[in-house]
Amino acid sequence: MKSLFVILLSAILVNNFVLSKFMGICAFLGVSKKLDSAVGMGIAVTFVMICSTAITYPIYLLILVPMGLEYLKTIAFILIIALFVQIVEIVLKKKIPSLYKALGVYLPLITTNCAVLGVAILNINNSYSFVQSVVNALGAGLGFSLALVIFSGVRSRLEAADIPEMFKGVPATLIAASIVSVSFMGFAGMFS
Amino acid sequence: MFQIYVLPMIIFAGIGVFAAILLTVFSKVFEVKTDERIEAVNEALPQVNCGSCGYSGCSDYASAIVNKGEAVNLCRPGGSECSRKISKIMGVTAEDAVPQVAVVLCNGDCNATSNKYVFHGIQSCLAANRFYNGSEDCTHGCLGFGDCAAVCPNDAIIIKDRLARIDKSKCIGCGLCTKACPNHLIVVHDITQRIDVCCSSTEIGKIVKSVCSSGCIGCKICEKKCEYDAIHVIDNLARIDYTKCTSCGKCADACPTKAIRKCDTIYEVKLKKE
Repeated sequence: MKSLFVILLSAILVNNFVLSKFMGICAFLGVSKKLDSAVGMGIAVTFVMICSTAITYPIYLLILVPMGLEYLKTIAFILIIALFVQIVEIVLKKKIPSLYKALGVYLPLITTNCAVLGVAILNINNSYSFVQSVVNALGAGLGFSLALVIFSGVRSRLEAADIPEMFKGVPATLIAASIVSVSFMGFAGMFS
Repeated sequence: MFQIYVLPMIIFAGIGVFAAILLTVFSKVFEVKTDERIEAVNEALPQVNCGSCGYSGCSDYASAIVNKGEAVNLCRPGGSECSRKISKIMGVTAEDAVPQVAVVLCNGDCNATSNKYVFHGIQSCLAANRFYNGSEDCTHGCLGFGDCAAVCPNDAIIIKDRLARIDKSKCIGCGLCTKACPNHLIVVHDITQRIDVCCSSTEIGKIVKSVCSSGCIGCKICEKKCEYDAIHVIDNLARIDYTKCTSCGKCADACPTKAIRKCDTIYEVKLKKE
């Protein structure tokens, strides 16, 4: 039980997928302009991470490993991830069209988001159990959402800030992202 | 053989079928009914995506017409034909939009103006304008590098003798060039207005005369000739009140520097081409 808690917290804070492993940066920078869309994107990614982990894990262990087909795990995982992204897209389009519009192209981009595929593959590489994998996916998703929400706050301040002309826009955003990342370095070595 | 080749195929086919079934179920349960009229309106629009209607593109405008009840005659490139088509689809009557046309308010080609230096930098109006307001002596005139021609979606602007000229038969009145010109020389107005003051210099007559042979010198002859009180010299530059102007052309005939021009109507332009 204790180990599950450690996995969860370490995925959220210490090994934050965006700020410590720099995975899934494109959605992180693309959707963090507004708090609403940041929260929506966080939930969508968390959902896709948990569902795809819950399905890819048994597929890998019960089908691919006994058949000796481990080398096919990348394409199998991508297929499953794409399936869930498509489901999220369909549901969002019907239920929350405003969020669907706000996320724009970044929603289908979750398919090739390296954070999502990274969770699925790292679970296998770390030889986690099923429950541990799902908890790790939950932590990764929450960590992604946390990074997105924090950064959307930073960016809204950034927009009002009086910064030198040449830094306005993308350069200032990237510098701010690096500073947020520095703050997460403070968690390093917390649960090891 | 079976283990290596067939089995992976079966497994992936299985995953594919599973995904397909799941997605079919979801797309049926969460089906979104899109209004057919949006598609129909979108097809009636010219697909130039110029943005002169105030929306980011033709499809955006189409959905605004259907969903928000936006006016149907905002499309400048499509003109009245387009708004008639849309009003037919939407079942509303719309006033015909007058076709718009862009005009360059400068007469200073390379024969009329002189240069203070030769510009060798990046060949764009924006860059040239940053460097001592361009190479020409007149700081208000057309720079002639064709920033406007570059943004024109219909190739209606040609640069001849370092002056932008607009082909009225091609101009769709979208107004993209008005934003591209660093000196704001291009305006868009109704095509029925035929008189233009083709100068934008607010310098006093003496200075204008010294840098350009066809600029407005603010002599006010046009003011006196106008029978409709439609033209006035403000800040050393003649300006036309298009609500009063009848395009009679007396000011253009009287203008000593020919800065005021009476333009051909679009029909005459088309005839000349043929």
